[in-house]
Amino acid sequence: MNHLNDLPPWMAILIATFLIIGSTLALLGSVGLVRLRSYYQRLHAPTLSYSYGTLMTILSSILMFSYLETRPVVHELVIGVFVMITAPITLLMLGRAALRRDQDAKLAHEEAVPARETLRASPAGKLIRDVKRSGHPEPSPDQPGP
Amino acid sequence: MSRYLPHPLLSLSLVVMWLLLTRFSLGHLLLGSVIAIGAGWVVERVQPPKPRLRRWHLIPRLFFIVAYDILRSNIAVAKVVLLGPDNPRYHSGFIRLDLKLRDPNALAVLAIIVTSTPGTAWIEYNREEDWLLLHVLDVFSEDDWQALIHDRYEALLMEIFE
Repeated sequence: MNHLNDLPPWMAILIATFLIIGSTLALLGSVGLVRLRSYYQRLHAPTLSYSYGTLMTILSSILMFSYLETRPVVHELVIGVFVMITAPITLLMLGRAALRRDQDAKLAHEEAVPARETLRASPAGKLIRDVKRSGHPEPSPDQPGP
Repeated sequence: MSRYLPHPLLSLSLVVMWLLLTRFSLGHLLLGSVIAIGAGWVVERVQPPKPRLRRWHLIPRLFFIVAYDILRSNIAVAKVVLLGPDNPRYHSGFIRLDLKLRDPNALAVLAIIVTSTPGTAWIEYNREEDWLLLHVLDVFSEDDWQALIHDRYEALLMEIFE
């Protein structure tokens, strides 16, 4: 841990701030996975970790090693680019697969989704109100609260 | 030129990545370039739709708009997670959008933007009918997402790619 002693306090505070913001966002993303209700709501939670959570962690790493080695160390950016490309694609495929499953009465699940016909009929850009659980007789809205 | 270097953008980014991962030296520049050009030939065999960038100067503008929006929605989603999903102030739901954008590369970029923004998730895209299904975590019923997505991203992407 010797090299950490070489950091001046202002640099250490800056790096720690970025790192704490980044890891807090990552933690919130994981908390969201537990707290949010429906599958589609939970799709939003990990984006906290990989968008600014990753960015802040990468920034603090770049700052620290660039300062200690007195040359720009920026290869962490490659990690950021790859996370930014691969993570959305994973979420996108998960979302599509879930929609296919939930629109099918036979595979019916807990989630409420708009039926295929409702989708085409609904006005563009507005919240789709007619959301049902396929396979379950009683309609129940996706959103909690009024 | 295009026969030997079928994907200049891809090859250039591979060289840059190679130099970032190693320390800069002439040897690594040469080795990286050979690998990048080889990768370009391999990708050519897959025959992806080639991106044709029309207006380069708009890319930084799109980048800053996206960076700002992701920051804003990070805060919004963090709030939803902290206050809990049962809070009556939040509504989540599905929204259908009509897209004018057709270019596959531009659509890929839009998918990454929408999915990377916490609070909006890209669920389904129908190419025959040009609609897109989003799931939005925190939506006000009077919000017009059609105009929002079009004005902020789609119009810019159309100018850049089409």
